Amino acid sequence: MMQTTVDEALVKVSGVDKIFKRGSEVIHVLGGLDLEIPTGEFLALMGPSGSGKSTLLNLVGGLDRPSEGSVEVGGHRIDRLPGRKLAAWRARHVGLVFQFYNLMPVLTAQKNVELPLLLTSLSRAERKKRAALALDIVGLTHRAGHYPRQLSGGEQQRTGIARAIVTDPTLLLCDEPTGDLDRKAGDEVLELLQALNREQGKTIIMVTHDQHAAERASRTLYLNKGQLSTEPVD
Amino acid sequence: MKYLYLILSNLKRKKMRTGLTFLSVLVAFVLFGYLTAIRQAFVAGVEVAGADRLIVRHKISIIQSLPQAYESRIEQIEGVDNAAHASWFGGIYQEPRNFFAQLPMVPEELFDMFPEYLISDEHKKAFLETRSGAIAGRGVAERFGWKVGDRIPIQATVWSKKDGGRTWEFDLVGIYDGEQKGTDTSQFFFRYDFFDESRAFGQGRVGWYTVRVSEPERAAEIAAAIDAAFANSPAETKAEPEGAFIQGFANQVGNIGFIIMSIMTAVFFTILLVTGNTMAYTVRERTAELAVLKALGFTDRGVLGLVLGESLVLTAVGGTIGMVLAWMLVSLGDPTRGSFPVFYIPIRDLLVASLLMVAMALIAGIIPARQAQKLQIADALRR
Repeated sequence: MMQTTVDEALVKVSGVDKIFKRGSEVIHVLGGLDLEIPTGEFLALMGPSGSGKSTLLNLVGGLDRPSEGSVEVGGHRIDRLPGRKLAAWRARHVGLVFQFYNLMPVLTAQKNVELPLLLTSLSRAERKKRAALALDIVGLTHRAGHYPRQLSGGEQQRTGIARAIVTDPTLLLCDEPTGDLDRKAGDEVLELLQALNREQGKTIIMVTHDQHAAERASRTLYLNKGQLSTEPVD
Repeated sequence: MKYLYLILSNLKRKKMRTGLTFLSVLVAFVLFGYLTAIRQAFVAGVEVAGADRLIVRHKISIIQSLPQAYESRIEQIEGVDNAAHASWFGGIYQEPRNFFAQLPMVPEELFDMFPEYLISDEHKKAFLETRSGAIAGRGVAERFGWKVGDRIPIQATVWSKKDGGRTWEFDLVGIYDGEQKGTDTSQFFFRYDFFDESRAFGQGRVGWYTVRVSEPERAAEIAAAIDAAFANSPAETKAEPEGAFIQGFANQVGNIGFIIMSIMTAVFFTILLVTGNTMAYTVRERTAELAVLKALGFTDRGVLGLVLGESLVLTAVGGTIGMVLAWMLVSLGDPTRGSFPVFYIPIRDLLVASLLMVAMALIAGIIPARQAQKLQIADALRR
């Protein structure tokens, strides 16, 4: 087992176990996992299905809690935050990009991007302005009034990225962001993520099965049977 | 308010389903509003009945008459202020379906006993001075288009005249209004002296007495004293509060309140199932979306509020439009063309309707909303 430690870590995962119970069956997804991610890193997490990549991402994003161990982000023990505070923390510090975009089908691209801003005290005009800026960053200004069903897969994922960055979060967590896209659209999304990392200093953790996608990251870690390593495990 | 757009957008997701549920709620509230007006027609008299008034009728039935001479004896009973007699004429104006109450009374007694009938001094004076004069309530006057000065022919069904004729002609000398919305303005009063002198039989007999007591809290005791005064006489009496008397009349049709409540309970229970089903599907279909909202930072309570908000919009919009439609239908007028003395939706029932809308929203939405509240983000995103 390797220890992934760096100076001034933004994310610090220490001794994390994650156990799922299915009836009487107990599944150990992560076992004693340690991980540190510095501010501004673009980390790719690879590994076979069921290796715990998404589970680790959920723990870092405060979407789930570890069975054992601690998760610290920006100096805060998020695993100890009560539900309401954890939700507020997510709204402020985490941007999420999903494999299947998870946009609201009843809202336009503009309104989808505005969604996280509803949780802020911003005025309607300010929300609109910020959503427009986020859509501009991902190159979708001209598609702002379109509904998800009117957008291509690549455009939907870019809308998802705009929604993730509209609150200017500390962390961008991407779960297979190119998994549902063709190569061209996938490359556009990866270039966008690279640009956000390079130009805006966003810390990105990207779960992927795709080696080609992982090559865009500044570091790649492999997860297998709940353990991290720097080399792929057969 | 900033979440309203999200709530409305979600309701537009399945337009057909939302539309049908919305219509169900709307129809339920139209029915509620209309039945409320019907119930009010039956109970309005009870609600506006004078607390200080008793009705004294024949012990056997109101059809049996009482001697006019009872009036002075009743007025001598301790606690009685004054008494006024009335009789049921039961005539037909033009055709049998044009039903309304026609009552011969002594004008002075009428105005003294029923101050809730508002009439101008001029009309009052004309009634006192015209032997064949009559006054009509605003409701019945508008119903038949009568105006002061009209001659109103009424065909008797019981009270033929001494000359054998059955057509009684009255000169409309006044129109009265009701002091309250529930005051009966569907009645037609004419002079007892004219009636008693002209009728072929029954002279000196009256239908019932209305008695004003000086202390309403002693009403039961005074009623017993009146009945005791005429016990073992050829015409024994039954005295009771005016409200109970009117209620007894309404109960001849059946327990209207119970009938209407039963219908409404069945309707609302059905609509509750329809709305609850819609809300359950709405949440089940959107498990991943609700999980995403939570992932974005919406709290468990926030998601609960959104689902309940959708439920509330559904019932509040459907219910409000339903009540407006009911109001419009009721405004078209009494469906019996005059059998109801009043026909309107009381403000109290508008408030009840509002509470029903909120209660329906909460009951129909609480289970799916709680499911949404409890949703575990990671589990839901994996599905």
